[in-house]
Amino acid sequence: MATHAQAAAHDDHDHKPHGWRRWVFSTNHKDIGTMYLVFACTMFFVGGTMALVIRAELFQPGLQFVDPQFFNSMTAMHALVMIFGAIMPAWVGLANWMIPMQIGAPDMALPRLNNLSFWILPFAFTLLLGTLFVPGGAPAGGWTMYPPLALQGGDSFPMMIFAIHLMGASSILGAINVVVTIMNMRAPGMNLLKMPLFVWTWLITAYLLVAVMPVLAGAVTMLLTDHFFGTSFFAASGGGDPVMFQHIFWFFGHPEVYIMILPAFGVVSEIIPTFSRKPLFGYESMVYATAAIGFLSFIVWAHHMFTVGMPLAGQLFFMLATMLISVPTGVKIFNWCATMTRGSLSFEPPMLFALAFLFLFTIGGFSGLMLAIVPADFQYQDSYFVVAHFHYVLVPGSLFAIIGAVYYWLPKWVGRMYDQTLAKWHFWLSAIFVNVLFFPQHFLGLAGMPRRIPDYATQFADWNMVSSIGAFGFGFSQLLLPYIVIKCVKAGSKAADRPWDGAHGLEWELPSPAPFHSWETPPSAAIIARGAEH
Amino acid sequence: MTEPREQVKRENARLTARLALMALGSFAFGFALVPLYDVLCAVTGFGDQKSLARASEAAPQAADESRTVTVEFVADLPNVGSWEFRPVLTSMQVHPGKLYETRFVAKNLTGHDTVAQAVPSIAPGSVAGYFHKTECFCFTPQKFSQGEERVLPVRFIVDRALPKHLDRITLAYTFYDQSIRVGQR
Repeated sequence: MATHAQAAAHDDHDHKPHGWRRWVFSTNHKDIGTMYLVFACTMFFVGGTMALVIRAELFQPGLQFVDPQFFNSMTAMHALVMIFGAIMPAWVGLANWMIPMQIGAPDMALPRLNNLSFWILPFAFTLLLGTLFVPGGAPAGGWTMYPPLALQGGDSFPMMIFAIHLMGASSILGAINVVVTIMNMRAPGMNLLKMPLFVWTWLITAYLLVAVMPVLAGAVTMLLTDHFFGTSFFAASGGGDPVMFQHIFWFFGHPEVYIMILPAFGVVSEIIPTFSRKPLFGYESMVYATAAIGFLSFIVWAHHMFTVGMPLAGQLFFMLATMLISVPTGVKIFNWCATMTRGSLSFEPPMLFALAFLFLFTIGGFSGLMLAIVPADFQYQDSYFVVAHFHYVLVPGSLFAIIGAVYYWLPKWVGRMYDQTLAKWHFWLSAIFVNVLFFPQHFLGLAGMPRRIPDYATQFADWNMVSSIGAFGFGFSQLLLPYIVIKCVKAGSKAADRPWDGAHGLEWELPSPAPFHSWETPPSAAIIARGAEH
Repeated sequence: MTEPREQVKRENARLTARLALMALGSFAFGFALVPLYDVLCAVTGFGDQKSLARASEAAPQAADESRTVTVEFVADLPNVGSWEFRPVLTSMQVHPGKLYETRFVAKNLTGHDTVAQAVPSIAPGSVAGYFHKTECFCFTPQKFSQGEERVLPVRFIVDRALPKHLDRITLAYTFYDQSIRVGQR
């Protein structure tokens, strides 16, 4: 415990800047992590408001509140804001907070780069959200930006492209920082196969980011030059091919969906053992499964575009490769279930979110398997079934894991315990409403309701109404999250250094709240051994 | 303590540089996908539709009278109102090996002189290699003065080697009026 005393003592005379300078000029992993999380939370509510505009319009058939152009803007902007503004920054924020603490490092490897990668984001989103106020309105051609439709955008088009360039730059810089931190800053004795799974999944995620974000940057650059400089990458009149955009986009897009879910696997692999009071079952197979998923993500992209007209051999390849992903994913689900088997389980808020993740993400995985079947996909393509599928993997998948992570580590961050009763309310409201919201969309899709349409045939009315009720219930229950966090920061009761009795890992060896700099002196071999009991 | 720290800093810089290089490589790879895409389409024999926009050297062969293939013609416009574009015949019965001619009609309604380009496409895609065009208005940009209407000929041969199970081919043209792009082609 000498280390802690030292770290705490050091913290006391550590001159951290105060006021706005502390945040704007911050090079501290915790402060930057906090800013990422606050930013993600803000964007989550912005994107959520857009989702509620969509669901309000779809509450009944006919056009009630918004005109179709604005409706289409909402679908495109909701996706861009949630993916690049909420989920991804939330993961980078958690990585910032937790990775140095979990590997025994004092801070991230490249603190100034860290500051830059965060502060790019507010500019990127000012640009993106600014499109709502330009002539012609915000981008309305979907977040996938397929040409030729995307090329017909008005003033919003270049703003969207530059916003995406900025978000991409931010993610790449953040990812580089994560890789360098994990590779070079581990405490002596913390070898790769002792790292917690959150660190492992983030390492693979970071490599995926470095590999595919630049491809997206390339694709949108081609759109830009097609629109303004007369090139013909995608313009058929000049010999280009719009289908090629889809290939390039999804070469980025499919790894991107794993970028959003792999850290969630890491978080769940931390939470379930803690509240099962058992080491994680099959640690090494978890690592290999994550790596396998990361690899497979590069060779399945065309399953997003089966209907463009593809040779049979191509369809078969992408179908089978896609189905292959369920093998490593199945290994993970099995390992989590095996971890809980004969464990002494307790159901604190983080565990509840992890369990809901396990159950609901699996449902999303199964509908993904259905979509992988080419002949079935021809039927489901562009229907609400697809919407239901990816929301099941993203909302009760990625988002629940993020919320679970916040409830898991919040006592460590602020040194205070949050109101667990309220957090359980948050959980039950979220878990119930998320199903009311998205489950009926499976039925709508199978019955033939298309995506991204502001009006629908009357036979879809009932399930749309149910879905909209779920949406408003889910949206408003999320307000509990900032309330619980703020209440905890201001008035929570003092939290112990190890508030969850089954928790292992270096972060729990630090005092609560965690000192400004995490491990000024690297943790001893004994502490690492105790922490790395998986 | 300073010595190892300096070393860590050096290693950090080295790894950062390597990762930055990797990111640059991915950016370049995105652009490399453009020529790669054409190669892949050609290799899979699927969408080598670019061959349709070039004149074929194929000479007429002895007509295979025992076989009749239906060739359908489709004319498309990317947007309505500024052009009129249609095939004179919507379909023809042809014998493989023989040279045929058909015609399309285009009229410039844009209200000014312009240049337009027809982009061909064929279905099923695998037929592209068996459909030879000796003359086509799609080989070069077409100049149209204001209000001009013109008949545009296409001469083609369906290869005798056309796989036996195919008896219907659809040839489609989309007529683009985009002077900037067409000029640079």
